[in-house]
Amino acid sequence: MDFGLTREQEMIKKMVREFAQNEVKPLAAEIDETEEFPWENVKKMARYGLMGIPFPTKYGGAGGDYLSYILAVEELSKVCATTGVILSAHTSLCCGCIYENGNEDQKMKYLVPLNKGELVGAFALTEPNAGTDASGQQTVAVKDGDEYILNGSKIFITNGATADVFIVFAMTDRSKGVRGITAFIVEKGTKGFSVGKVEEKLGIRASSTAELIFEDCRIPEENLLGAEGKGFGIAMKTLDGGRIGIAAQALGIAEGALEESARYMKERKQFGKPIARNQGMQWMIADMDTKVEAARGLVYKAVWMKANGYRYSMDAARAKLYAAEVAMEITTKAIQIFGGYGYTKEYPVERMFRDAKITEIYEGTSQVQKMVIAAGVLS
Amino acid sequence: MNIIVCIKQVPDTTEVKIDPVKGTLIRNGVPSIINPDDMNALEEALRIKDNHGAKVTVITMGPPQAENALREALAMGADEAVLITDRAFAGADTLATSRVLAAAVKKFEYDIVFAGRQAIDGDTAQVGPEMAEHLGIPQITYVQKVEVENDGLKVEKALEKGYMVMKTDTPVLLTAIKELNEPRYMSANLIFEAFNKEIQIWDAGKLSLSSDLLGLKGSPTQVRKSVTKELKGKGEVIDMSPKESAEYAVNKLKEKLIV
Repeated sequence: MDFGLTREQEMIKKMVREFAQNEVKPLAAEIDETEEFPWENVKKMARYGLMGIPFPTKYGGAGGDYLSYILAVEELSKVCATTGVILSAHTSLCCGCIYENGNEDQKMKYLVPLNKGELVGAFALTEPNAGTDASGQQTVAVKDGDEYILNGSKIFITNGATADVFIVFAMTDRSKGVRGITAFIVEKGTKGFSVGKVEEKLGIRASSTAELIFEDCRIPEENLLGAEGKGFGIAMKTLDGGRIGIAAQALGIAEGALEESARYMKERKQFGKPIARNQGMQWMIADMDTKVEAARGLVYKAVWMKANGYRYSMDAARAKLYAAEVAMEITTKAIQIFGGYGYTKEYPVERMFRDAKITEIYEGTSQVQKMVIAAGVLS
Repeated sequence: MNIIVCIKQVPDTTEVKIDPVKGTLIRNGVPSIINPDDMNALEEALRIKDNHGAKVTVITMGPPQAENALREALAMGADEAVLITDRAFAGADTLATSRVLAAAVKKFEYDIVFAGRQAIDGDTAQVGPEMAEHLGIPQITYVQKVEVENDGLKVEKALEKGYMVMKTDTPVLLTAIKELNEPRYMSANLIFEAFNKEIQIWDAGKLSLSSDLLGLKGSPTQVRKSVTKELKGKGEVIDMSPKESAEYAVNKLKEKLIV
C-alpha cells in the first residue's frame, strides 16, 4: 500500500495550485457576483493542457493519469468551485463519455478539440420529469433516413449555455424502457437546438446551468454514441466516473474552507490572544482536518479502483456521499470560526458554504449514493 | 537558434536561515524552486522559441535532486536538460561554478546563453558575467527586454534610473531581471512528457577540467563566518498629524546628521 503521489502527480498538483492561486482565486468572488461564465479561466486552462488531462496525446489529451485530473479539480475547487465543476463536467462527463464509447471518427472529430480546450463539453441527461429516476426520459429521437430527429428538453445542464459539444440522451424505442435510451453527440448551432432558461443559483453561480430545447433537431446517424438502446448503461457508467470528479470538487471546497479557517484563527485576536489559542477552537479545527483527510482517503481510493480497472461504483458513491457531507460541515464550521465576518462577502467562506450544497445534489443526490451503496452491501 | 539557459535550484524563501556554527544555509524542510531570475531567463528563451523557433537547452550544476528543477523547466517547454553533478564540485564559489558551467556550455553550439541576474540564496550576481569571461563572449546584464533582429539582438539593459538600448551580435550572454517578462506555468501535457525525457548527467570527467579548479580547491572565496543580523527593536511609532510627524521625522534625521 502506497499513499504517496508519483513525481508527475506532485508536479501537476504544484502546477495547478500555482495556477489556481494566481489566476483563478482573484476572479472567484467577482464571477460569483456577476454569474458570468469565466471564459478567461477556461482559455487559460486550455493553454496549460488542463482540459484533457487523463486522455492520450493522440486524442489531444495531456497523456496523464486519472488521479492527476482529480488533483486538478481538487486544487481548482479549493479557490473556485465554479471553475472546478466546469472542468469536471467537461472532462468526466463529456470527454470521458466520448473516450469510452465513441468510435475512432468521433474521437478524432470531437475528443481532440475538446481535450485541447478549443471546445467545451457538456452532458445532458436530466429532464423536468427525469431527475433521480433518469430512466423516465421524455426526449425522443426518431430515425429518419440517415438522421435522427430529436424532440424534447433537458434541464440543469452544467456548461449548458456555453458548451460546444453535448452528449444528449433520448428515447429511440419507448417500448423497451431503459433499453430504448440512446446517446447522441450534438453540436451547438445544430438547427432545432436552442438554449432555454439559464438558472440563477445559490452557489457555483458562474457555471452556466441551462435548459436545452430540441425541436425537430436533426442529428446525423454518425453522431450516435455507442449503439442504439445502450444509452442508459453509457449514462450510468459515465456518472460513476463523474461522481469522483464531484467528490474531488467537494473535497477541494472543504480543504479551501479549512485553509481559510486555520489562517484566520491565527490572525484573529479576541480577549488579547489569537483565537487559535483557545482549545475549543483547536478541537474544532482538528475535527475538520480529520474529516477532510477521511474524505481524501475515500476519493483517492475510488480513483485508484477506477485507474486499476476494478468495479468502482460503490467506491465512487461512498466518496461523493462523504466528501459532499464533509464539504457542507466544514464550510458551516468555517463560517462559525469567522463569526460575523464569515457571514459577509468580505471573506470567501460564505461563498464556499453556498458552493458546497450542490455537491450533495448533482450527479446523483446523497440519497442516490446511499441507494448504490446499500444495493452493493445487500446484494 | 540555439539557446542555453543556466538555472539554479534554490530554497523557496527570501529569508534563508544560516547555520550559526557551520555558516552554511539551512536547507532542511525548505522546499526548492527554480531561482526567480532564472525563471525570467527561461521564459525569455521559450518566448524566442515560440516566436522565432529555437532549441532551448537548460543546464544546472547542483546535487542530484536538482534534477527536479530541470524537469520543471522541461514542463515549461525546454527541449533538453543537462544536470552537472559531482561531489568534486562541492563548496564551489562563483568562480569555480562559472568555470564548470562555461565548460558545459562549450560542449554545445549556441547563440544565446541566458542566466538569471542573481540567485536568491547567494545574491552575488557574479556567475553569469564570469561565464561570459570564460567563454570569451560579450555579456549584457540586467536585461529587461530582448528583440530578435536579422543581424543579432536589440537588448534593453536596466540602469538605476532608466535603461540603455544595446545592439549585439551573437553569441552573447544575457542575465535576466524580473522586469523582463512574466514566467509561464508548467503545462500538464509537458509535465507528462518531461518525465519521459532523458536528462543527461555530466560529471567532472565529462568536462575535462583539472581537479584543482573545482569545488572548494578551486575557490578563492572561502566563507570564514556568517552571522544573521539581529533585529534592532521595533522602531518608533509616531501618532501625530501628517505635518507634525513630517517635522518630527526631519528633526530626527537632522539630529543624527543624516540631512
